[in-house]
Amino acid sequence: MRNIFLFIRRFFIFFVFLLLQAVALWFLFTYNRFHRAQGLGIASEATGWFNSRYNTVEDFFRMKEENRRLLRMNDSLINLLPSNFIKNDTAVEYVKDSVPYDTLGHYRHYAWRVAQVMYSTVNSQKNFVQLNRGSNHGIKDNMGVFSSDGGLVGQVVNVSPNFSQVMSLLHVQNRVNVQVKRFKNSGTLSWDGKDPRFLTLSSIPKSDSLIIGDTIVTGNYSISFPPGHLVGTVAEIIPDPSTNFYVLRIKTTANFQDLQQVMIVENIQYIDQEELMEETKKKIEDPKKNRL
Amino acid sequence: MNLLLKNIIRFGMFILFQVYILNKIPHLHQLITPYIYYLFLLWLPFSIPRIGLLFMGLVTGLTLDFFTMTPGLHAAACILMAYLRPFVINILTPKDPSEFNYREPSPRAMGWTPYLVYVLVLTLFHHGYLTFLEWLSFGTFLQFLFKVLATTGISMLLIITTELLFPRRMKFRTNTA
Repeated sequence: MRNIFLFIRRFFIFFVFLLLQAVALWFLFTYNRFHRAQGLGIASEATGWFNSRYNTVEDFFRMKEENRRLLRMNDSLINLLPSNFIKNDTAVEYVKDSVPYDTLGHYRHYAWRVAQVMYSTVNSQKNFVQLNRGSNHGIKDNMGVFSSDGGLVGQVVNVSPNFSQVMSLLHVQNRVNVQVKRFKNSGTLSWDGKDPRFLTLSSIPKSDSLIIGDTIVTGNYSISFPPGHLVGTVAEIIPDPSTNFYVLRIKTTANFQDLQQVMIVENIQYIDQEELMEETKKKIEDPKKNRL
Repeated sequence: MNLLLKNIIRFGMFILFQVYILNKIPHLHQLITPYIYYLFLLWLPFSIPRIGLLFMGLVTGLTLDFFTMTPGLHAAACILMAYLRPFVINILTPKDPSEFNYREPSPRAMGWTPYLVYVLVLTLFHHGYLTFLEWLSFGTFLQFLFKVLATTGISMLLIITTELLFPRRMKFRTNTA
């Protein structure tokens, strides 16, 4: 017994070292599996405070470019206003506002909110963006995020009461369903961790005669993003001789090195769709219980 | 200045410099991430107990991790570095740490060559372990090797520049103090 105590005392520092390593690695690996971390919600309140201080200084240098982008976006929207068009039939007044559905039966499926970027990086292989909106402002996990010029930025992965963390497209574990605007064929967008200006798009069939400059938009199958929003343009076409699919290099619409104002999009029927998917999975995987 | 106060200010400065300047500068190359925050651990006094050093490593690493959203990554590397630091100091200096004339490791206290070897060895361990943990989920072996070397190179450059720009004025330690 005495020898055991002597042994423990002799290697006490080493045991503490092993224990702390275990704690650190546990943080790291549980995080990678669930995209959540222990205590990260509380910690992001603290880092958010520092980041918002930093942001007030940063804004001063970036507002000019940001204004230009916003103006461009406004310009494209103002052209869609009903007042630009002459109605031949004056008997009907078209009104569309933010109530759940209008008299023509349009249901609102997506709602948009604005937010400001507190902190973002492009240097790492796992890049995140921190926003100044959190669960107090109605932000939930898996909402989509678009930049102020309309390009896809990423997806919310974690929220604290006042801040939220977004996994940007520049994250090596990121997978997004997108499609080519002209051909409607969908593929998977990922990042190889090398150049923050370019993403990789795979599994677009070679039967599509793609050209450089083709537009890539968000796909129909995502429950986080509305379909048909800009993601990027084709910058380089790499024919892969071993398969029937292209490998494409995509230039992103959003400038990740200069993110300031972003829009968070909420799928209002997210819970409905999610629950349906879960229930279907359960039904298929365990058919005995549900046999009629 | 009080040793504790000095180190708290240093800690804040290094973390903020790393988070808001080195992590935000435009992308240099996919293999190069400039790191300097761990110089805080290298500058801690000789007399700090080894247990304390380990916990300082944990706190430093986790603080940076919460800013970069990678909990545990830098913490693991910092703890390894904090564990190895006393061994490296013992090998490089024939003396017992308590007989040092200066309080902290610095080019003046150890001499330029032993100090740079001390920094280089621990930097290699830090970046090697950090990149290894990243590499587990992503990348090829060649990428891993080059990334360790490139990141170590740029970190050494940053540390030497820091040492030349901010020579620490340290009191000669006497028996009476």
